[in-house]
Amino acid sequence: MKFLDPRVNRLNLPKEYNEGFEEAQELDQWQTYEVFHQRSRGEQHVHVGCVHAPSAELALLFAKEQYARRSKCTNLWVVKTADITPSDYEDEDIFIPSVDKTYREAYGYKVRPLINTFTQNSSSESVVKVFIQEITNSKGKKTYIIKK
Amino acid sequence: MYGSLSIVEYDNHGKKYHEEDPKKLAEFEARIERGEKIEPMDWMPYEYRRQLIRMIEQHAHSEIIGALPEGTWITRAPGFKRKLALLAKVQDEVGHAQLLYSAAETLGKSREEMINDLISGKSKYSNVFNYPAVTWADSAIIAWLIDAGAIINQVTNAKGSYGPYCRALERICYEESFHLKYGYDNVVHLATGTPTQRQMVQEALNRWWTPIMHFFGPPDKASVHSEILMKWQVKMASNDAMRQEFLNMYVPKIWELELVIPDPNLKKNSNGVWEYTEPDWDEFMRVINGDGPCNKERLAVRRVAEEKGRWVRKALLSPTEKYVTPLA
Repeated sequence: MKFLDPRVNRLNLPKEYNEGFEEAQELDQWQTYEVFHQRSRGEQHVHVGCVHAPSAELALLFAKEQYARRSKCTNLWVVKTADITPSDYEDEDIFIPSVDKTYREAYGYKVRPLINTFTQNSSSESVVKVFIQEITNSKGKKTYIIKK
Repeated sequence: MYGSLSIVEYDNHGKKYHEEDPKKLAEFEARIERGEKIEPMDWMPYEYRRQLIRMIEQHAHSEIIGALPEGTWITRAPGFKRKLALLAKVQDEVGHAQLLYSAAETLGKSREEMINDLISGKSKYSNVFNYPAVTWADSAIIAWLIDAGAIINQVTNAKGSYGPYCRALERICYEESFHLKYGYDNVVHLATGTPTQRQMVQEALNRWWTPIMHFFGPPDKASVHSEILMKWQVKMASNDAMRQEFLNMYVPKIWELELVIPDPNLKKNSNGVWEYTEPDWDEFMRVINGDGPCNKERLAVRRVAEEKGRWVRKALLSPTEKYVTPLA
C-alpha cells in the first residue's frame, strides 16, 4: 500500500493489513490510578483525573506527562482507584445537618450586639460601674477590694 | 472475544425513555434543571449513558487520530521552533484522548473495548481527519481552523450536564488556546510571505474548506430525539448554530489576510446570518463510512501502534491486577 506519510510507507504494511486483527483483551491497558496534584507548597493536593498504569512508579511518570505538563506543579500523588472508598451520592443527605449545628461554625458566634448594648447602657450610666482596687497590707500580702 | 472484557451492565440496560423508572427519571431531570452536574455513580437513564459514551468516545478517537495528519509534518517542520511547537501540540492531542477515554470509562465502557471498536471501524471519529495534510500549509490550516472549530464545540459542550466530561473539556480548552495561536501564527506567516507561500496557503484553504464546513455535522433536523438530548444537556447547541458561530468568528480573519474562501455564495445577510453553499453531504457520508482518502492509513497506523506495543504492556502487567471503573 502507498500512503501519503513517508513514515507510514517505511512500515511496509502488507495490502491486507487492515483485514481482521487481534482484539485487545481485558487489562491490556492496565488498571487506573487516581492523580492528585499540588500546585505549589502550602496548597492542598487536588484530584485532577486518572491514568492507566502497570505500577505506581509508572503511574507517577504518566501523571507527570498528563497533568503536570503545562500548569505549575510541585508534587503529585497517585492512588490505585480500587483503594479508594467513596461515599454514595444517593446518601448525599447525610451531609445536611439535621439539627441546628451553628455552634460548630465560626458564624454561630456573634458577640458584637451584646457588646454594643453593653457600651450604650454603660455611657447612659444605667449600670453600676465597678472597679477593683489592689491593696498591699503591712505583711506584704495582696488583697482586693471592690469599690463602687 | 468481548466476553473477557469489562462491560458494566446497569439495572436499566437497554431501556427506552418511557420504560425508565418515572420517579428516578424525574429526580434526574430535576437535578439537571437545577444546573447540578451528574456524576458517575448517580442513577442515569440508559439513553443518557449510551449517547454520552458514543459522543465522548468519538471525541477521544478524534483526538488520537487527529494527531496523525499533523504528525506527518513533525519531521519536516520549517525550523526548530515550529518543530518543537508541533511536537508539543501533537502530544497535547494524544493527552486529550487519554482524558476523554477516562471520562467515557466512568460510564462503564472499558478502554480496551473502545480501542477495539476504533480499529475494527465500529466507532467513528471526526471526518476531517480522513483527509491528508499534503503540504506544511495544510498543517497550518488544520492547527488554526480545525482547532478553532474544535474549541467552539468543546466550549459549548463544557457546559453540559456530565461532570467528568465537563472537567476533561475544561482542561482541553485551556491547552487548545495555544494550538489556535500557533496555527494562526503559521497561517499569517505564509499569507504575509512570498507569492509562493501565499499560493501554498490559499491552496490548502481550498482543500480544507469542505472538511471544515463538514466539521460541525449535517444540518439539524428537529426531532424528539434531539429535544431530549438538549433537555438532558448532552447536546448543548445545534450543528448549524456552531457552524454560524465559527463563520462569524473566522471568516473576517481569513478575509483580512486577503485569502479567498472557495464559496462564491458566502456572505452575511442583513439579519446577521451567514449564507453559504451547503457542502457535499454525500461526500461526508461516503468518507465517514470508510471511503475517504486516508481512512485506511489512519486505522493502519493506529493498529500498528496497538500491536507493536502489546508485548510491552503484557510484560508489565502484574498477574494480580484487577480493573475497576475510574471514579471521576
